[in-house]
Amino acid sequence: VAARGCGGVWRRAWRRGAGGPVPAPRGQRAVTCNAKGGAVPAGKSGLAPWVPVVGLEIHAQISSNSKLFSGSQVQFAAPPNALVSFFDASLPGTLPVLNRRCVEAAVMTGLALNCSINKKSLFDRKHYFYADLPAGYQITQQRVPIAVNGSLSYSLCIDNKMSQIVTKTVRIKQIQLEQDSGKSLHDDTRSQTLIDLNRAGVGLMEVVMEPDMCCGEEAAAAVRELQLILQTLGSSQAVMAEGQLRVDANISVHRPGEPYGVRTEVKNINSLRFLAKAVDYEIQRQIEELENGGTILNETRAFDSKLGCTVPMRDKEGKQDYRFMPEPNLPPLILYDAKSLPANMNHQQVVNIDWIHERLPDLPSVKRAKLVEQYGILPEHSFTLLNEDGLAEFFENVVKQTQMKPKKVIGWILNDLLSYLKQHSLTVKESPVSSFVLADLLNLLEKKDISSAAAKQVLAELWKGEGKTPLEIVKEKKLELIQDQKELEQICQAVIDGRENEVMMMVLR
Amino acid sequence: SVIGVRFQVAAALQEGRVTPAELCQRCLSLIKSTKFLNAYITVAEETALKQAEESERRYRRGQPLGVLDGIPVAVKDNFNTAGIETTCASNMLKGYISPYNATVVQKLLDQGAVLLGKTNLDEFAMGSGSTDGVFGPVRNPWSYSRQYKEKSVPKSHSEDKESNWVITGGSSGGSAAAVSSFTCFAALGSDTGGSTRNPAAHCGVVGLKPTYGLISRHGLIPLVNSMDVPGILTRCVDDAAVLLGSLAGHDPKDSTTIQDNFKPFELPNLTDVSKLSIGIPKEYHAPGLSSEILALWSKAADLFKNSGAKVIEVSLPHTRYSIVCYHVLCTAEVASNMARFDGLEYGHRSDMNRSTESMYAATRREGFNDVVRGRILSGNYFLLKQNYENYFIKAQKVRRLIANDFVKVFQSGVDILLTPTTLSDAVPYMEFIKEDNRTRSAQDDILTQAANMAGLPAISVPTALSERGLPVGLQFIGRSFQEKQLLTVAKWFENQVKFPMIQLEEVKRHNHDVFQHQKSASFS
Repeated sequence: VAARGCGGVWRRAWRRGAGGPVPAPRGQRAVTCNAKGGAVPAGKSGLAPWVPVVGLEIHAQISSNSKLFSGSQVQFAAPPNALVSFFDASLPGTLPVLNRRCVEAAVMTGLALNCSINKKSLFDRKHYFYADLPAGYQITQQRVPIAVNGSLSYSLCIDNKMSQIVTKTVRIKQIQLEQDSGKSLHDDTRSQTLIDLNRAGVGLMEVVMEPDMCCGEEAAAAVRELQLILQTLGSSQAVMAEGQLRVDANISVHRPGEPYGVRTEVKNINSLRFLAKAVDYEIQRQIEELENGGTILNETRAFDSKLGCTVPMRDKEGKQDYRFMPEPNLPPLILYDAKSLPANMNHQQVVNIDWIHERLPDLPSVKRAKLVEQYGILPEHSFTLLNEDGLAEFFENVVKQTQMKPKKVIGWILNDLLSYLKQHSLTVKESPVSSFVLADLLNLLEKKDISSAAAKQVLAELWKGEGKTPLEIVKEKKLELIQDQKELEQICQAVIDGRENEVMMMVLR
Repeated sequence: SVIGVRFQVAAALQEGRVTPAELCQRCLSLIKSTKFLNAYITVAEETALKQAEESERRYRRGQPLGVLDGIPVAVKDNFNTAGIETTCASNMLKGYISPYNATVVQKLLDQGAVLLGKTNLDEFAMGSGSTDGVFGPVRNPWSYSRQYKEKSVPKSHSEDKESNWVITGGSSGGSAAAVSSFTCFAALGSDTGGSTRNPAAHCGVVGLKPTYGLISRHGLIPLVNSMDVPGILTRCVDDAAVLLGSLAGHDPKDSTTIQDNFKPFELPNLTDVSKLSIGIPKEYHAPGLSSEILALWSKAADLFKNSGAKVIEVSLPHTRYSIVCYHVLCTAEVASNMARFDGLEYGHRSDMNRSTESMYAATRREGFNDVVRGRILSGNYFLLKQNYENYFIKAQKVRRLIANDFVKVFQSGVDILLTPTTLSDAVPYMEFIKEDNRTRSAQDDILTQAANMAGLPAISVPTALSERGLPVGLQFIGRSFQEKQLLTVAKWFENQVKFPMIQLEEVKRHNHDVFQHQKSASFS
């Protein structure tokens, strides 16, 4: 399915949606499903409950210097049409040349998702006319994709309790390489469409997840885990807000024991929160529709984040026939492993699956296990550490530089650092307090130079980012704990000396 | 020079008998005096003269760029040429100036060749007559030859002599006519189903279709990507070998080119053909083959036999299915390749602006002729989900069988196949247009397209004149990437048959040794 800039489509869809009856606001009740992937409680019909089924198609933009089949640069928010080669603009006579980096990124991703990598995969043309698809077709992998039959394990907590984490698995049907389209910008006042081809031809990995999920929370958790994996691999930056990760959800509901219901496809989802919302809304909508005796149309719907609902996207008039055809300008993509690698082959010319496999970084699940094992922190804390970009590294750096036990450090990281960053919408990298400075502070606390309450006071000063060291602040504010026995005695004596009567009264009482 | 191979006219350049500028001037004035042939769509006079002057300076310094330095060439108007219009003889691309050179064009220029202009063709190379382009039909120079004029007696006095002119064949008819009328020394064509060999046969020149993947297609506006190859049109086989040497080899911009280095070769003069095994595929005795061509084909086979070669009848059993499969695969790719012409990025755009969709429709209706639109329609039909298995997949399977036929024959020890190139000699334009393009293409490609289906190298060599005084060519088909063997045999054959030179009034006026040195013996 084409990943397309949603601007125009979205607005058109919105207009159509707004023209019709405005969907009634639905109850805040989120669709819930138990940890076993169970069904939604029966509605008013009192029949057996409904089983929602959710599958995902995820387009991840490959992190690469140049596009999938051309040498143009890949860059977010460049001036319109600044990154367009002759091929990207589909000038007659131009030919695609496959970008090795994109292939390697897809292989890496496939391996990380436990896929079998096809040693021979093929490219196909998928035809449709659209202003931001200059060639009139998209080059994709319809028949034989680069990776198939994988799985992704993800975790989510039950009833929002961090202490109850369950792990689930979704099957990965395939990963295919394909071209991104350009972007259309509709100028309604002058009734014209402006085309930006900067994105046209950028490499995408389409990750197809089987319908193994049953609610928005699961879908969001699965995508979050995928996002972390892609970022760990570096195969995609996977920033949803920048469109590097785009999620379409296929949703249906059925009665237990019955075949799957008619599904709808929900597009235009641009954050994880909206993904969960969109899926739950759509499940609820379908259940209500069916319970009211209606039917579900096999249609594409758009999620309207302002209204929090899904609306039909385009008329299915004259169902699209994509007229798939083998791409004749690209020979089959052949990958090698250590066994099949021909001896006389130029190593620059081939992609070796085993070579890539050996160099895969630790995946998030492994990293989490290591954090738990190495530092004795709680599993749920390992999730939090990995969910924030750079937080685990921050934590580890602090641990390295303090005598404080990691179990105690984690509290400062999660309760103080993270909540401050969240409050101020900062990333870990933007933190005004570096791991070094925090370690310094925790060392003061650990050496009992200051009290815990004083440490919090110092931290509050440190957030201001004035470049003072914790020790300077402690001195300035005189927050040191006094450890000299004589000095303490003298202070006590001074207090008593000045207030003999009061002391007497206290003693007598 | 460096590698020992040289273009025929290059000797005159090197010996200083003629300068590149003189050569270019003469070609340009010949182009003018043969304008009625309609061989060129664009004549790049200014840039050609500039290139010739630069070449001349290099010769004066004694540092020519290569074997092609100073040699005037023409390029079919479906190859991109930076700064020179590239039209594909279509309204869709009228006025389109490409920002880049096709790899083959760049290679010609890098070796000092002088690009005279862009030659006429059927719109987007879809045709076999060079009659269906937006700039009008190309006339076969032989229509104006003494040989043809002497033989063709008007049936009645009322018949206008002017209407007797014959077609060039196609779709590279402009390139074939350009070489045949001496307006250039070599030309690029393209060959998808016979588009180089067919007009070469009708115009009495050599037409080479190299192995698929040997020459880059980057910059060639595609007809059928899986069958297109740049074609070479020259006056003799040696020249074709030189051009092949200059153009062949891997191109990083075309992923379907071979990785191996290609070594240019000089053709030996075969004296002994006794080790050769020539196959005569019986299926090429096709319905509609003229008795005259059949006789010439037999004579050629006898020539090999009498010279000691082994000549055996062979069978390519799936040949008869080839043309229908070619039609399915061709139109399917055409439908896909033509999708980019939507009026947005380049080319014609209709004024219709009711909606994007109506703009697309009007643009494509105005920009493409009936032939192109017809092929787009049938191609899209074959690619529809419900038809794909029955048409496209089946045609692909048969294509494999056709390729296997050739593999088997070559494995059996046959070196080269000898077949006719065309069913008959060139027909008069008035007769040709009685049939529609589809019917014509199906008939005219019948003997040539199988080589494209199989990706094999093939060459048409001018053999003799027909009873009407028109050229007839025979085709040699070789093993994949065995161009040297193919051309060596073709050269031997060429030397044996001594094909006569065209006698054109227009050329006589420019009678100069450089134009005729190569075949002065047969020029009477």
